[in-house]
Amino acid sequence: MTGRVYWMGAAAVLIGLPFVYHDPYPLHIMVLILIWSFVYTSWSVMGRFGLVSLGHGGFMGIGAYVTALLWNYQHTTPWLGIPLAMLAAVAVALLIGYPCFRFRITGHYFALLTLALSAIVLQIITATRDITGGSLGYTPERYNGGSSIYAVQFLDKETWYLVALAIWGAGLLIRYAVDRGMLRYALEAIVEDEDAAAAAGVHVTVEKLKVTVLSAAMTAFAGAIYGQYQMFISPDTVSGISVSLQMVFAAVVGGIYVPLGPTVGAAITILLTETLRISFGTAAIGWDNLVYGVLLVLFIIFLPQGLLGSVLAGITAARAKTA
Amino acid sequence: MFGIFDVYLLEAVINGILLGGVFALLALGLNLVFGVIDVVWICYAELIMLGMYGMYFLYVAYHVPFVLAALISIAGVGALGGLLHVLVIQPLLGTAPINQLLATGGVLFFLQSAATVMFGIDFRNLGIRLPVLELSGMYISYARLLAFAAALIGMVALYLFLARSYTGAAIRAVAQDRQIMPLMGVDTRRIYITTSLIAGGLAGLAACLLVLQYDVQPFVGLTFAPITFLICVLGGLGDMIGGFVAAFLFAEIISVAGLYLDLEWGYVFAFGFFVVLMFFRPQGLLARRR
Repeated sequence: MTGRVYWMGAAAVLIGLPFVYHDPYPLHIMVLILIWSFVYTSWSVMGRFGLVSLGHGGFMGIGAYVTALLWNYQHTTPWLGIPLAMLAAVAVALLIGYPCFRFRITGHYFALLTLALSAIVLQIITATRDITGGSLGYTPERYNGGSSIYAVQFLDKETWYLVALAIWGAGLLIRYAVDRGMLRYALEAIVEDEDAAAAAGVHVTVEKLKVTVLSAAMTAFAGAIYGQYQMFISPDTVSGISVSLQMVFAAVVGGIYVPLGPTVGAAITILLTETLRISFGTAAIGWDNLVYGVLLVLFIIFLPQGLLGSVLAGITAARAKTA
Repeated sequence: MFGIFDVYLLEAVINGILLGGVFALLALGLNLVFGVIDVVWICYAELIMLGMYGMYFLYVAYHVPFVLAALISIAGVGALGGLLHVLVIQPLLGTAPINQLLATGGVLFFLQSAATVMFGIDFRNLGIRLPVLELSGMYISYARLLAFAAALIGMVALYLFLARSYTGAAIRAVAQDRQIMPLMGVDTRRIYITTSLIAGGLAGLAACLLVLQYDVQPFVGLTFAPITFLICVLGGLGDMIGGFVAAFLFAEIISVAGLYLDLEWGYVFAFGFFVVLMFFRPQGLLARRR
């Protein structure tokens, strides 16, 4: 019971924060951490079942660009635009996922194929530069120059903080629901042995498609929200190989097998980037990724469960010893 | 017989063949590593990028003759390949395959940003402008012709090495069965390192050829890495002949589509073609149906 009290206390602090604290810069960092935590959680929903996708940068790009383009060209409210963007991402996920899963493309093949997918989405955004602005990026138009629920645009950081917090919480709930559902058992069986799972009556293709579609839709949603918050998107910040690898990196560093792992990963990576940026200014360009790269290699070799995963495993082991 | 459009088309087809030679070389190194060690180097194109920087600095800053600079670059990138294996792949050999792939993803991040930190993001080129060959109305660049020829020579040399030499036989044997060969007295550790050195050398060779056609910058790898991965998957990972065929297929699509539309659309078409082919040949172009 005490555990539940702690959780509710933590939730109360997180929700109450913007009502007493108004410094925009730390709030901005918090919003970024929450949005990216949701992205990394979306990735880990499928990533932890051995479906290592390097194509999620593509889904995120689709989410961000479809929403922004619909808003600017068709004046479609994001309330409709975001679901449409998610549908588009789901369509792409099905198009790539079906042949992959139907024909047993797994492991390296799957990773390389999805890697190519995120590169292709970036190529398409760049190629259609007349519409999307290409590599120069794209800005959704301000709605009457202010905040608006209709346009999902808010000028103050406090509102965005609460929105991002709600989205982050929803992401954790989705992950929790997957954990408690039949889907998890089916996917765990598939990870162990695809043939045995199929023989035991698990429809391998369908189960894999389910989790892929869920993950792609969540990632596209996050891309759209990110675009609405930053009011600027460019192919390099929301799509492409480096964004995909960044997702994998943060999730692995935090720990993909524990629910809060991706959140810890997001906090570590964003704080690291910001610290480097503030202490070294423009001289820091490149250094954050340099540190990421080294850390990723070290983590995979020495701490494959991730930071939070290892800590929690350590606590469990210590408890088992004392009990 | 040839109308004006036919000449352009023929030129695109020929350029496609020349491009295919370079693609085939790129895919060959990756396929070699995958076939023998069962690992994918996601950072393969970044090794090439470093090789291109090596060429740039040797040739432009230190005025080393081109051929000597090329040899130094090939040796240097080869050594990097060996280093990559010893530092990153070797500690991970026993773990889940996907970990090895992700670790080389970390190396990709590292190499890209190391290049950014060391060399900045300026576009650099050797300043060599090779003449263009005119052949009955078609224009074919010597740089591409040279790249094609060198890529073919490199591939034939590798083939002879694998087919004729003792070490080559050992490498092929390990590729066939990783478990049994150690029992037959083959030192797999040495075979793996040798393979990594060769694959690195192939990346170095590719770097020397690509530096004649592309400007060097830290992210240049991203321009040809995705297509190389597609070629390897379409050809069947580890299947060198399949990769060879796939390389020419893709190069033709990109080159011919690039004639009518932008180059980016060439890549998009190649990807679409790839997705369609996956329905028919999921295990690779030349794989036997199971």
